[in-house]
Amino acid sequence: MTDNTENTENAVGTKSTEPVERHSYDVVVIGAGGAGLRAAIEARHAGKRVAVISKSLFGKAHTVMAEGGAAAAMGNVNPKDNWQVHFRDTMRGGKFLNHFRMAELHAKEAPDRIWELETWGALFDRTKEGKISQRNFGGHEYPRLAHVGDRTGLELIRTLQQRVVALQQEDKASTGDYEANLRVFAETTIVRLLKDASGRIAGAVGYYRETGQFVVFEAPAVIMATGGIGRSYTVTSNSWEYTGDGHALALLAGAALVNMEFVQFHPTGMVWPPSVKGILVTESVRGDGGVLRNSEGKRFMFDYVPDVFRKQYAETEEEADRWYDDQENNRRPPELLPRDEVARSINSEVKAGRGTPNGGVFLDVSTRLPAEEIRRRLPSMYHQFKELADVDITAQPMEVGPTCHYVMGGIEVDPDTQGTVVPGLYAAGECSGGMHGSNRLGGNSLSDLLVFGRRAGLHAAEYIDGLGTAGKPAVAAADVDAALEEALAPLANADGENPYTLHHELQVTMNTLVGIIRKPEEVSEALTKLEEFKPRRTKVGAAGGRRFNPGWHVALDLRNMLIVSECVAKAALEREESRGGHTRDDHPAMSSKWRQINLICSLNEDGSGIDLKHQPIPTIRPDLLGLFEVSELQKYFTDEELTVLGDSAEPVAEAKPAGEAKPAAEPEVKSEPATESKAEAKSEPEAKPEAKTEPAPIPGQSNGEKAADTAADKVAEKSTEKSATAEAEEQTAQAEAEAQTEDAETAAEEK
Amino acid sequence: MGYKGKFKVWRGDASGGDLKDFEVEINEGEVVLDIIHRLQATQAPDMACRWNCKAGKCGSCSAEINGKPRLMCMTRMSTFEQDETVTVTPLRTFPVIKDLVTDVGFNYAKAREVKSFTPPKDLLPGEYRMQQIDVERSQEFRKCIECYLCQNTCHAVRDHEENKDNFSGPRYLMRVAELDMHPLDTADRKNSAQEEHGLGFCNITKCCTEVCPEHIRITDNALIPMKERVVDRKYDPLVWLGNKIRRRTSSDA
Ligand SMILES: Cc1cc2nc3c(=O)[nH]c(=O)nc-3n(C[C@H](O)[C@H](O)[C@H](O)COP(=O)(O)OP(=O)(O)OC[C@H]3O[C@@H](n4cnc5c(N)ncnc54)[C@H](O)[C@@H]3O)c2cc1C
Ligand code: SF4
Ligand code: SF4
Ligand code: FES
Repeated sequence: MTDNTENTENAVGTKSTEPVERHSYDVVVIGAGGAGLRAAIEARHAGKRVAVISKSLFGKAHTVMAEGGAAAAMGNVNPKDNWQVHFRDTMRGGKFLNHFRMAELHAKEAPDRIWELETWGALFDRTKEGKISQRNFGGHEYPRLAHVGDRTGLELIRTLQQRVVALQQEDKASTGDYEANLRVFAETTIVRLLKDASGRIAGAVGYYRETGQFVVFEAPAVIMATGGIGRSYTVTSNSWEYTGDGHALALLAGAALVNMEFVQFHPTGMVWPPSVKGILVTESVRGDGGVLRNSEGKRFMFDYVPDVFRKQYAETEEEADRWYDDQENNRRPPELLPRDEVARSINSEVKAGRGTPNGGVFLDVSTRLPAEEIRRRLPSMYHQFKELADVDITAQPMEVGPTCHYVMGGIEVDPDTQGTVVPGLYAAGECSGGMHGSNRLGGNSLSDLLVFGRRAGLHAAEYIDGLGTAGKPAVAAADVDAALEEALAPLANADGENPYTLHHELQVTMNTLVGIIRKPEEVSEALTKLEEFKPRRTKVGAAGGRRFNPGWHVALDLRNMLIVSECVAKAALEREESRGGHTRDDHPAMSSKWRQINLICSLNEDGSGIDLKHQPIPTIRPDLLGLFEVSELQKYFTDEELTVLGDSAEPVAEAKPAGEAKPAAEPEVKSEPATESKAEAKSEPEAKPEAKTEPAPIPGQSNGEKAADTAADKVAEKSTEKSATAEAEEQTAQAEAEAQTEDAETAAEEK
Repeated sequence: MGYKGKFKVWRGDASGGDLKDFEVEINEGEVVLDIIHRLQATQAPDMACRWNCKAGKCGSCSAEINGKPRLMCMTRMSTFEQDETVTVTPLRTFPVIKDLVTDVGFNYAKAREVKSFTPPKDLLPGEYRMQQIDVERSQEFRKCIECYLCQNTCHAVRDHEENKDNFSGPRYLMRVAELDMHPLDTADRKNSAQEEHGLGFCNITKCCTEVCPEHIRITDNALIPMKERVVDRKYDPLVWLGNKIRRRTSSDA
């Protein structure tokens, strides 16, 4: 809740006659989803005064909707799982366009981020041994998703919310004020980032939705955690919040966006009734045994297994069905291919006339599991279909089709620090780019939020320490004035065009012309339309007053949606290949040449549109490449690129079979991030925010971490070593005790 | 299949307001929230309402529909007769901000007063061991989407503004119960349930349970057991001690 009793004089020295509330913080986090809250918690742990800003109420951010789970190679269900396997799956899922370093950090640190949630009160579903249960999901080799039924996002956000409250209670005890060091500004929308004369971040300006009053935040560090862009599409699983604000604000402030053409269409959204079209049907339905059938009753996914995945996926229904019980000796069902593959396959089936009456395909779990089991494992899906579509999923198949779900592209960040090219500006979560390459695996977002949210908070705090006291950037009054003027324009133009109409036209344009399958002539047409929308956008009007006026809010969001849509369309037109969340009708194949290229969007000189440039993709460290078989890499890389493998690849490649890598790797996985959190912010040996240098490869050493262990790290390591080793031993012992077949059962049975 | 339906929506703010009549197109499969959105897009662009997920997951879109506290996104139009006038008003218990949006700050204030999860000090991350059966009770309460419909409905606050200081309402009494039933929570919560959160105000009418869109059995599973624990505690402190000792540890797993 916003507290409007604060000073409301215009204290920023602007010319505008508007009353502007003003606050000063060390770190301002824009976004109160998983990434934003985790970042805020970390910055607060590092001793900073932090504000968290959110368009909706506290605890309602998009993360709340995540269903399936959070991926982390804890190895609780199948002890063969470890960070290397998770890394491999992530890179495969993203078709090797991922920033390898982010994928590496993510795979290594995710388990610690999940365990830490338990210490803050999270209650995940358990295995028989009382550990966190893990479920199967598309693209993940082993059961890996920590979950709570099908409401994992709710658990995640509630836990972080409650952690924020815990920290506020500490502050209350020590200062008498809950909000002394960590305050949530709910229902507050940021409209511009502010910089000082030398180009460093100085703060942000926004308005309280409730009153329509403006507020300026002065802060040397801002962390963007604003989520995605789905509201630019008609059929989407995303809420009204997903207007690409973070992408657009960062771009307007001089940051770059990377690979915006990659938009994930989740294969299974509801298709009927029309008013719920796009609402998500969790992938857990397939992870728990659900199958896809066309109108002829055929399990069509067997016809769509691409070459690169042939080795891992079953060829017959019998083998696929056996996999649920015995994953050692059978290959996975093709329904669990990465999302891009499944979405395209459904699209093809419908186009070929084998769709359902409402233009989808059938997703059936009713013939696969007992009714009781379905209700137990998929309670919210059961509920959702029952209440919204009159469909009983324990007795009937669901009708599903692709829905715009997630954007892989995003703000370009340093993989270790989450810093952007704008000093003081950080980004984490869905609005940042690089981690997921061309396609995100299910469950990798929730873990991404935690891993990189924490990193952003940590490094933003470090950046501030580096500034000293003298160097705090100052907000320029003229910038605030300009932002207010821009924001007030629609209200002064009450007779202008209806913003809802323009929004709808934009959605239809993106949905039909820059959707799952892209044709260059259609994307060009979309770009022409976007140019027509731009002047219309400046003339939209908002009737009514300032107080909680949704029409006005939409009018302001349109700027961001248009910017982001232009980025998506421009990049989609440029990339002449098909990969992950980008499919070109005229270039259906993946190209190793294009794999070497990141497409970078930035604001053009006069601010009227987007410039696009090619940038070479960072070279993957040989020790990480060595985790793959050369024959697999050859499907993605040019021969030239693979020559670096040379001899350094061999020894690592040998250690590859997952089972063997485990005992050696396990303590590393645990101690490395634990080291960092123990050592707290101060001693983190990572690169400075701007440093884009890659860490030197250490061939043959599987963790490939920097050798620069500080003394503090060593000490911290000692203290955590014991538990990590004990854990590893316990797991190994347990692995022996359990017959291997139990793994699969546990995955299926435990909730 | 579409038809013209009649709606009455409360419009106004803290200074006052009244029900406004609308005639609006209604299509097959739509929910009340769809209609509010249509009104915004076509007739009343500044009509305020909250929503996020449109799938009953975020608890934003709470309102009173024909007087009943409901989620607008989960209330299907097919549950009304076509000639029935559907009346949508803001939650009554909380101060109105504008139209269907109310100030739910009361709930955030109460949330902050519940002592946080307090795990055993010596238990390191990754070492938590809990059996499914032992976490299930608290898990039921963690399904709460914080729609505040129960808070809005409970007569102890709905009809008695003066109780707001001393009564946290079903949602936050349930939060206390959730933590009390957490297998690894070490804090003693019985006194605070009674003394700080006003468990005694609850006279187990179950109205909160009836409106919960998550079908959480608030009264039966959280409030009544909590009352029993408090009573046990009062008469026999050993009961409480026994409870704590009996709790499973990783060694019996
Ligand atoms: C239905 C659904 C199911 C999903 N299931 C899964 C799953 O099972 N596993 C998984 O890993 N991922 C899943 N995802 C993806 C995942 O939930 C999201 O990618 C992730 O939650 C995004 O988190 P975030 O912290 O980046 O942003 P969000 O949680 O979206 O938070 C964004 C925050 O930014 C704020 N904000 C935005 N713009 C502004 C502004 N201008 N000013 C102020 N504040 C602003 C918003 O109010 C909000 O608080 C799912 C997504 C959906 C839609
Ligand atoms: S059961 Fe108790 S908390 Fe629930 S509505 Fe009745 S009095 Fe209120
Ligand atoms: S307990 Fe039920 S009614 Fe109450 S806030 Fe939670 S979900 Fe809503
Ligand atoms: S919009 Fe989320 S519960 Fe209704």
